[in-house]
Amino acid sequence: MSAIAPPIVAVSSRRPLRRFDIRRVLLRVASLAACVLAWYWASKTHLDLGIVTFDNVPSPLDVLQAAWALLHSPLLFKNLATSLMRVLSGFLVAAAVGVVLGIVIGRARIAEDLLLPPLEVLRPIPAVAWIPLAILMFPSSELSMVFITFTGALFPILLNTVHSVEAVDARLIASARSLGGGRLAVLMEVILPAAAPGIFTGLAIGMGTAWFCLVTAEMISGQFGIGYYTWMSYTIQNYADIVVGMLLIGVLGMGSSALIRQAGKLLMPWYAMERKKS
Amino acid sequence: MSALPQSVQTGQGRIDIEHAHIRLGLGAQAFEAVHDVSIGIGPGEFVCVLGPSGCGKSTLLGALAGHLHASHGSIQIDGQPVEGPHPDRGLVFQHHTLFPWKRVVDNVAFGLKMKGMPKAERRARARELLQLVGLGNFEQHYPSQLSGGMQQRIEIARVLINHPRVMLMDEPFGALDAQTRLMMQQLLLDVWTRIKTTIVFVTHDIDEALFLADRILVMSPRPGRIIEEITLDFPRPRDAGLVTSSRFMQLKRHCMALLHSEKNASPLPRLSPLGPPGAIRMQLAI
Repeated sequence: MSAIAPPIVAVSSRRPLRRFDIRRVLLRVASLAACVLAWYWASKTHLDLGIVTFDNVPSPLDVLQAAWALLHSPLLFKNLATSLMRVLSGFLVAAAVGVVLGIVIGRARIAEDLLLPPLEVLRPIPAVAWIPLAILMFPSSELSMVFITFTGALFPILLNTVHSVEAVDARLIASARSLGGGRLAVLMEVILPAAAPGIFTGLAIGMGTAWFCLVTAEMISGQFGIGYYTWMSYTIQNYADIVVGMLLIGVLGMGSSALIRQAGKLLMPWYAMERKKS
Repeated sequence: MSALPQSVQTGQGRIDIEHAHIRLGLGAQAFEAVHDVSIGIGPGEFVCVLGPSGCGKSTLLGALAGHLHASHGSIQIDGQPVEGPHPDRGLVFQHHTLFPWKRVVDNVAFGLKMKGMPKAERRARARELLQLVGLGNFEQHYPSQLSGGMQQRIEIARVLINHPRVMLMDEPFGALDAQTRLMMQQLLLDVWTRIKTTIVFVTHDIDEALFLADRILVMSPRPGRIIEEITLDFPRPRDAGLVTSSRFMQLKRHCMALLHSEKNASPLPRLSPLGPPGAIRMQLAI
């Protein structure tokens, strides 16, 4: 149907985790605990496997101490707020651009032919590669950092939107037109809601990739931010702080993606019902 | 019940098809799905178009709905040429096309929303139509929570709320189990006797056509054309006893002979009122 690579769609065919399924919850907790234990053991014994060594890797206890110290530092809030602003700005712009472009590309063949080829060329370029150009293009370093998170979030949102708009059942559109719906009504009443589950998947993935690009973005300069904190910890060889920064980004990225999924569930009660049935 | 389309004035809903040809597909795959069909259907008449899968009967329906265009000939409703989809011509598909994100009442009210009617008023009308199809208690459900038969009843109510001059039905009960199908046929006849809109009902089920119609048009495939017209004079209201009457059996044998004599070696793919699958996106692009 189109030259687009299939988008990443986060759909699990397994039954969802039920609230009272205590055994599965315990299994998940145990899995996390096992990972931490393995890490602890590897760093304590200075495990050296030849091609990879844990000699300089901080142990979980070091990391916990570093995290404790950061928690009591006045810098934490400033770092969090700065990063959150950058990620949110980049994400919101990417959401607006991605959804609008995605709908246009998904609905009009001419837009697909005109817009998709350049976007496909830009898509595989990693965030790091954008750094020099971003510095050259934007007068403020703050804007160039937002731009980097934007590039990260844009493509998952765009491609998921294109895909789900193209997949809208033509019979639904035909029915809406037979019932008196004009172009705008078909767009607002049929295409948008029908594509909404796919768009939300794109938004959740895009939110994750925006955080993913944060360290890269905050390498540019900046004085604050969790990515900056992580990168700086490396340059001043504060290894435990690196891991604290990494984990913080991981947790925040996971949490904000989960928030978007939750918002999707609230906005689309019908969708959960359909999936439960099938 | 004020929502009942009494405003379907008697004398509206006349269909005139003259020498219509419909081509489907593009380039080398193009073929003539409907060949030189001429039909006149009176206001309030119940006509079944009977034919095997792929014979072009759904294509003809799609052209009446305005989703497909005749390459030659003319299609008119009450003297007006069909130029595109219109709420005067309601279309019911084999599988429901209810909007999964709208509750039942808002699905039924959709046509009135398109006309700009305020929410409370259109919902009140939708409730009355839901009563008419026997689903008054399900207005707050989502379509996926209902059975196939209920979904089709809502689909019919959603079309009827627009007071269509013509209701076009594309094997609407084809996907239902036998028991539900019988119930739906009876329900459709009940509704139709109250609102007397013209119905063009496409089916490949001989019993169904004989039970429902005033007149049957038998179609044959490739190219799709009408090979026989059968006027049915069974008295109405009709009930299930009709299907065992000798006249019914006699006509059924006749229809079977017609369909069998025209049977091709290989069955044809089912066509849709929206044309071949590949063409749909282009035709509907906004």
